[in-house]
Amino acid sequence: MKICVLVKEVPDAAVEKRMDPGSKRLDRSGETTLNQFDTHAIEAAMQIREGGAVEVEEIVAVTMAPADAGRTLNKAVALGADRSVHLTDEALAGSDVCATGYALAKVLEAESPDLVLLGQQSADGECYTIGAVVADHLKMPSLTQVIKLDVEDGKLRCERQAEYGYDTVSVELPAVISVGDAINEPRYPSLKAIMGAKKKPRDVRSTGDVGIESGRVGSEGSRTEVLAINPPPEKAAGEIIEDEDTNETVERIVAWLEERKLLA
Amino acid sequence: MSILVYALHYESEFNKNSLGAVSEGAKLAKELGGEAAAVVVGGDDLSDELCSSLGKYGVSKVYRVKGPEGLAQPVVDAMAKVIADNGFKYALFGGGLLGFEIGAGLTARLNAGVTMEVTAVRVEDGKLVAERPILQDSQIVDVGYVGEPGIVIGRLNAFDAVESGDGAATVEDVEVAFEDHSTRAVMVERGEQRGADVNIEDADVLVAGGRGLGNAEGFELCESLAGALGGAVAATRAVVDAGWYPYAAQIGQTGKTVAPKLYVAAGISGAIQHKVGMQSSENIIAINKDPNAPIFEFSDLGIVGDLNKIIPKLVEAVNAKKA
Amino acid sequence: MSTAPIEFPPPVDSAREFVGAPTDPEDERIEVGIVIVGGGPAGLACAIRLTQLLADDEALMESLGEVPVALVEKGKNPGSHLLSGAMMNPSAMKNLFPDLPESDWPTYGPVAKDAVYLLPNSKRAIPLKPTPPPFRNHGNHVTSVAQLARWLSDWAEEAGVYILGETAASKLLVEDGRVVGVRSGDKGRGRDGEELSNFEPGSDLIARATVLAEGTQGHLTGAAIRHFDLGSEDPQQWELGVKEVWEVQKPLDRVIHTMAWPLRYGAKYQEFGGSFIYPMGEDRVSMGFVCGLDYRDATFSVHDALQQLKGHPLVAGIIEGGKRIGWGAKTIPSGGYWAQPRRFWAPGMVIAGDGAGMVNVPTLKGVHYAMHAGMFAAEAIYERLKVGETGTDDLSGYQARVESSEIEKDIRRSRNMRQPFAKGFVVGGAIANMMEVSGGRFPGGRWKTHDDATVDVFIGDRDKDYPKPDGKTTFDKLSSVFASGNATRDDAPNHIRIQDKVPLEVALMWQNMCPAAVYEVPEEELEGARVDGNGRLDGKREVTLQITPSNCVQCGAITAKGGRLTPPEGGDGPNYQIT
Repeated sequence: MKICVLVKEVPDAAVEKRMDPGSKRLDRSGETTLNQFDTHAIEAAMQIREGGAVEVEEIVAVTMAPADAGRTLNKAVALGADRSVHLTDEALAGSDVCATGYALAKVLEAESPDLVLLGQQSADGECYTIGAVVADHLKMPSLTQVIKLDVEDGKLRCERQAEYGYDTVSVELPAVISVGDAINEPRYPSLKAIMGAKKKPRDVRSTGDVGIESGRVGSEGSRTEVLAINPPPEKAAGEIIEDEDTNETVERIVAWLEERKLLA
Repeated sequence: MSILVYALHYESEFNKNSLGAVSEGAKLAKELGGEAAAVVVGGDDLSDELCSSLGKYGVSKVYRVKGPEGLAQPVVDAMAKVIADNGFKYALFGGGLLGFEIGAGLTARLNAGVTMEVTAVRVEDGKLVAERPILQDSQIVDVGYVGEPGIVIGRLNAFDAVESGDGAATVEDVEVAFEDHSTRAVMVERGEQRGADVNIEDADVLVAGGRGLGNAEGFELCESLAGALGGAVAATRAVVDAGWYPYAAQIGQTGKTVAPKLYVAAGISGAIQHKVGMQSSENIIAINKDPNAPIFEFSDLGIVGDLNKIIPKLVEAVNAKKA
Repeated sequence: MSTAPIEFPPPVDSAREFVGAPTDPEDERIEVGIVIVGGGPAGLACAIRLTQLLADDEALMESLGEVPVALVEKGKNPGSHLLSGAMMNPSAMKNLFPDLPESDWPTYGPVAKDAVYLLPNSKRAIPLKPTPPPFRNHGNHVTSVAQLARWLSDWAEEAGVYILGETAASKLLVEDGRVVGVRSGDKGRGRDGEELSNFEPGSDLIARATVLAEGTQGHLTGAAIRHFDLGSEDPQQWELGVKEVWEVQKPLDRVIHTMAWPLRYGAKYQEFGGSFIYPMGEDRVSMGFVCGLDYRDATFSVHDALQQLKGHPLVAGIIEGGKRIGWGAKTIPSGGYWAQPRRFWAPGMVIAGDGAGMVNVPTLKGVHYAMHAGMFAAEAIYERLKVGETGTDDLSGYQARVESSEIEKDIRRSRNMRQPFAKGFVVGGAIANMMEVSGGRFPGGRWKTHDDATVDVFIGDRDKDYPKPDGKTTFDKLSSVFASGNATRDDAPNHIRIQDKVPLEVALMWQNMCPAAVYEVPEEELEGARVDGNGRLDGKREVTLQITPSNCVQCGAITAKGGRLTPPEGGDGPNYQIT
């Protein structure tokens, strides 16, 4: 089995995140780190390999990122990937969800994976769905928010919490699975693994290398556009009650709740 | 036809968020000078009566497709066909897992723009503009669509279900040839309820306790209030550290992030480490005896007083109202 | 009689616990050429200098194996735990990068004007003209050490250094009286030290030479000094600095230092220190308050003194309409010449930078000394590596280089300047001036330093003057900890060694001292200690402290005042970006 893990470089939580008013995009000039949710995806890949139910020949970390995203890939490799693929190209800057999903699908297509794993969300885009976009392009079954994943007889048995409770779904390979953070506890890389990461092979690809049509990516190829960025509407100042007559206070609270239909 | 809305159902009932989306779709379609329709995918419980009842929420037509339930990809196939056959300009989804998955799949299938976690939609120059919060709700982005169709995925509870008449929608059956990959995920068991533990992230109402409770027993107050309000109990880092409540209920920077309809903070000071975990709650009530507690700066209703006096009476009053 | 924190020593024996032989089986040990502990100016300058020397010496480079130079850093990245003013003397950067124009440095450049103000009270500011010599900063660069380290680290990595972030060095490896490397810290332990499901033990890193560049309160440095008996008779002393970075509306055109208010004169209080305000380019300002940790009033809090300072018209005017974008805290060694270790090396090991007390307190300089020392370490080690297998047993060449350099010349010159301040600001100031004017010769002799923890404390009422945080100009400690980027997991083991049952005086002193609100005297304990209706407290009454180690920003103050900071799991703590 060949597993590709999609990883993303995101601004570090310590960096104050801001939108660049000029480009109307997230200012990514500050310190970056590997998306927390993707570490769960790498761990899931490692557990499949170590579980023994199926032989995993290769775990490849794949990312679409600006040229200097090397450190993130090193981290992904230190956590267990055998090699990494870095799709980078100026033409990709400003891609929206539609364009990004297409680009990622093309670079994954070139790898022909049996299983694609990724974290269910990233700390910056807050989009929760790139896996589903990629899966449709690749024509693979897909599930998101998976919190339990087992390989059984060449198929995946997945569990996730959906609108009505927990669903158990059987998925045939090849497939794209987005994992939730409850799925596992990512390991800490050993010092040997961290030091060895530098030496693992890294393939750098541009859009031309994987057949990405430049008209379908970048801000030009995106199918949404940011029209404006505004502060949220001013929240009305809260009401304060100083409790003196508790019976009265409680009456006021109940009235407040009723007004807002919070007493179902 | 302007807007196609997906309506999720389960055991002969439509999902609350789907009804909200249908209402919203109908409203927006009117503003666009067009019409909204709904699409449902499932088995035999999608009776004519059930489907046409969506007309009450403003749609004139419901496209019904026979197919597997609880999975997104067959719906992607169904909606792609309906949109292609009827020229819909927008696809709209209410909050919830499936809506996200279907919307995302459609993005790829139709090479369409998509906006998720949308909190509001408006019409501008005959087109839809979607508003969505970003960077932990610190800013709102207005997103427009390039080309057609455009996909709008609402945030949980963003759209209210509004009945706009007794209209019955016409039901049209559509035959869909599902893609091969759409049949390769098979539901084994759906909707399993697992024990009494409510996942606090899904609760509509949360009663959270902090150090102001005084001791571990103070959580009994939180539990009785949560019971009265139909919610779950959560806790701050400080009390979890002190062993008064389990880590699974911890909210904050190093705990869970929640956005319930109602968040009651009992004995919580409101330090930023806690605030970042619950600031997006729709309604925040704070009870604290310290008038200078930071929580009063962002609560919607703040009560300065002794929670040991207030909560028991509040529980009584709420239970009385419900009776 | 009041109590001194030293009467309640922390439960730790550093030489025994943190020094020992390698324990991994031989084939699992990681072998590197040189290991550097600490990704600060000293460690990084050492690493870069080594790569420069090795670049011209292929044979030696080969002999060092796959990893010629490895640098371990306990923060997320080099720079994550770094904080300083700083006005950096350019000599070290020029030395390390002779072909790089100053305009390419990752600094904010020199500032033309400087000013020193004596603040007699909360309203007035008296400019001291001409600028007293220690405060003249002509030609020095305003620098954020957090940014500097990241830039140096990128450079070092490009040059082939293995930068290992999120890696604490928890034990010094010694065999047959010789330092053979360091052991990295475990990861994945729970609150009580138990192994969690993702537990990963540390590794023994074996090296031909070890450079300890851990900075203030260096963990292995302290253990090494005790183990090899390198210490001086005079104990080290520390000052605690708390700083903020602000985005401002009007550019600041000068480097500012202030003295006096809100610190109090008089030997009763022993409050020594002042503030700095430096422009960082056109739109930012770095502002901090530094105070010696041998103060006596248990209600003194450096963080709150900084908040107080912002109310002074001089400072309020600078930050008006601005926004706080950074906060942090760190200690700086201030014992000067006499408190430095007698010897900076042991077989197989050297100590460089703040860890070795290479700080000139009156002039507030240490960054360039650290870098020079790092370069000397590289040169001395290189020289000895060429001699042969056991060449690095003798690193006295490092000592010789440091002693004959400007590092020791400058620090020796101001050797008696800090100590007189124990006599109070005015007397101390007068004596310090005499020393400055006389080039260190008058008054002569050897003014002893004293261990900060030996200073007895009393409960004053200073805290009534601290402003209530408004979240815009003044801030509480918890939101400041958040601003430092600290998001340490809650179930991390407690990395602070401290007795948690102590007299109220000591407990309150720790509570107020700590800028990150790690120590708290719970409400009930405080209630129990009230003696009368006026809120007077019985300082002798024993109370149990509440400790929240995950707030810790690892400033090191607790080690100076009766406890002991050990490095937590690698990656924990603050993630300073621009301090």
